[in-house]
Amino acid sequence: MKKINFKIFRFDPEINEAPYFDNFDISVRHGDTVLAGLFYIQKNIDPSLAFRFSCRGAVCGSCAMHINGKYCLACETQILELNTDTITIQPLGHLQVLRDLIVDFTPFYENYSRIKPYLVGKEPAPEKEYIQTPEERSRLNNIIDCTLCGACYGACATAGINKEYLGPAALLKVERFLRDSRDSIANERLRIVDDLHGVWRCHSIFSCQEVCPKNLSPAKAIAEIKKKLLLKKVKR
Amino acid sequence: MYKFDAIIIGSGLAGLRAAYELVSNKINTAIISKVYPLRSHSIAAQGGVNAALANNENAKDDSWEKHACDTIKGSDYLGDQDAILKMCKEGPQRIFELEHWGCPFSRTDDGRISQRPFGGQGFPRTAYAADRTGHAMLHTLYEQIIRINEENKCLTFFNEWLVTRLIVNDKTITGIIALDLKTGNLELFKADAVIIATGGAGRLYGKSTNALINTGIGLSIAYHAGADLKDMEFIQFHPTTLFTTNILITEGARGEGGYLLNSAGERFLANYEDSKKAMEIAPRDIVSRNMIREIKKGNAINGQYLHLDLRHLGKNLIMERLPGVVELAGKFAGINAITEPIPVEPGQHYTMGGIDTDMDTKTKINGLYAAGEAACVSVHGANRLGGNSLLETVVFGAAAGEMAGKYIKTNSKSQISNLECDEALREEEKRISRLFEGEGRENAFNLFEELNRIMWENFGIFKEDAQMKAGQKEFKNIKERSRDLRLRYKGKRFNFELYWLLEFLGSINIAEAIIAGAIERAESRGSHYRTDYPKRDDENWLKHTIASYSQEGPKLSYKPVALGYVAPAERKY
Repeated sequence: MKKINFKIFRFDPEINEAPYFDNFDISVRHGDTVLAGLFYIQKNIDPSLAFRFSCRGAVCGSCAMHINGKYCLACETQILELNTDTITIQPLGHLQVLRDLIVDFTPFYENYSRIKPYLVGKEPAPEKEYIQTPEERSRLNNIIDCTLCGACYGACATAGINKEYLGPAALLKVERFLRDSRDSIANERLRIVDDLHGVWRCHSIFSCQEVCPKNLSPAKAIAEIKKKLLLKKVKR
Repeated sequence: MYKFDAIIIGSGLAGLRAAYELVSNKINTAIISKVYPLRSHSIAAQGGVNAALANNENAKDDSWEKHACDTIKGSDYLGDQDAILKMCKEGPQRIFELEHWGCPFSRTDDGRISQRPFGGQGFPRTAYAADRTGHAMLHTLYEQIIRINEENKCLTFFNEWLVTRLIVNDKTITGIIALDLKTGNLELFKADAVIIATGGAGRLYGKSTNALINTGIGLSIAYHAGADLKDMEFIQFHPTTLFTTNILITEGARGEGGYLLNSAGERFLANYEDSKKAMEIAPRDIVSRNMIREIKKGNAINGQYLHLDLRHLGKNLIMERLPGVVELAGKFAGINAITEPIPVEPGQHYTMGGIDTDMDTKTKINGLYAAGEAACVSVHGANRLGGNSLLETVVFGAAAGEMAGKYIKTNSKSQISNLECDEALREEEKRISRLFEGEGRENAFNLFEELNRIMWENFGIFKEDAQMKAGQKEFKNIKERSRDLRLRYKGKRFNFELYWLLEFLGSINIAEAIIAGAIERAESRGSHYRTDYPKRDDENWLKHTIASYSQEGPKLSYKPVALGYVAPAERKY
């Protein structure tokens, strides 16, 4: 057992004039995650603490937050592996705080729905499945693992200053469909992101790939899209 | 007050599939969920979804009829055969539909949907997207809902709203009341049809693979409003959950050839009569029991867990087909699954029982439908086969959307007045404010933990009369103490103490139905295993348990199983 200080961002915009930090000292064992620590505090010390959760197994993307300087999922962050006595926890960046560690995802989902985030299959659809070779399918490996946790959006400096920027998660999704052999609207997808607030707004700072809990690189996806757009534009 | 034609509670696979049907038909629909879309527990499904596509070279002779026979046998003959036939027959269509929508299924060499072997299945018929099939299906459905709603613009999401009550008038649903977690306000939603797609109640148990949100409150509100619960005593335990955290390690790991080993490194399933032939891919109930027996014999590693060994499969196969297992074992157990065996123990996994519905997802309340794990159609009977739950969500999710849509268009609606709805809202507001004012001594977090322990220890993998009755006594004490609850935090916005208290009050209703059903059912069938009645007893117990709500506790009755396709026989693997 080790004593760890949880230093947690607190804010209720209807009550507090400004955010502040609360400190909680808890005893931690090998295997305890940051999410388990938050639950311990909520159950035993301060029931007013607000944070999101669902699967506790790194698959649902509910608990992305800023932990000791990095965006990650609280449920898969082992406390002792952080190697510190104090863990500072803040909400995701660039989204309005609703309370404590809970932010308003509305702009994030709005961006997502702007990019036609769905397959439009080639017509006519076959009676059974579309034939997609293992090689074609392997182009979707990893990129389909995005959980929309928002860690990349929170870490993206550009998303922070430009609310119209589609953001790394939405652009990654565009590349996911561009790579899919079954999709039929590549040109339309490229048109949507060929915009001041689309791929060209990304300044290749690479924060998104630093933080992605699924080891994805939205930065690379954006670079691939830029390349496709450029190759379309150059004179042959 | 809000007004919709249809309300879907829950945004997992069953809820979204129902929504697709309603939105396609331009029906004004709301999805109300206590979490954001894509956070529902469907996301966690790993191994795959069954349908007789006959794509695997070892499954050339597969057919939906054979899938149905396997499911009926797997259910230990408690599944309703008409519903099982519907599911298996419709299966391929529902899988191709998802594929056309973009679901990234893994592929065979010739580019068709790949299928792997799963427990209790006569052929490799489990389609999969690596070992993240639920994720792939849920994202695909959500994406297509966005598409269809761009066209039809008739769907509204209410994210982070907890439904606390159904309003029923003259046996007809008229609306719901939900708590907006963001504001802490209760709101009234009027609706002609309501679909419950809230998933299972796994978190009643201390050791569970389920998401933390799977408390069963969706079942509880329906039960409280007069819908019946069916076969609640049938709780599935999954053989391979990570030791201590109980995070699921897919059955696909065994389907792909993984071994279960004891402390001597021996494939111990060979030593048990009911698993010696099928070994690691014997059905879940059988493998789970033999694991507990092996642990009790003293053959566990460190006296506590067994090993799931993938090492002999080789890095390439593991990384191609089971990358999620490697990730989870690494992050949550500190184990490299390519070079080390994974410590596992059985844990609660699935709620076979649920809200009693017919084949058309109808409950006994007019206009109220249920689908997915929240419902009991019943296609899983006493034991669900892996890969059948994802199929159930899309087949019966679609059916619920279709039936609710027809109901809205054809039936005359209950003429409930605004006054009556307001009255229901006021009653619910009073109930919640009483919770805020309560000066009791108990807190819901502690009682929930006690409930978890009671259920795991007494209503788990092995059951026995005296032990269950002792558990029931402890449960009654918890129930009594639940009248003496207190909220320490009185704020309204995102009050998670209130949230967990409401979840807990829902859970105790469901636990009570499980307890009553399990004590009464004096036989062993599927997941319900009684050491004092180790044999199946078709003469007395080939029937569904029905639990109806009353203030004093569940009233049990029984109803016949739909047979007629396969005659009950001994379940041998």
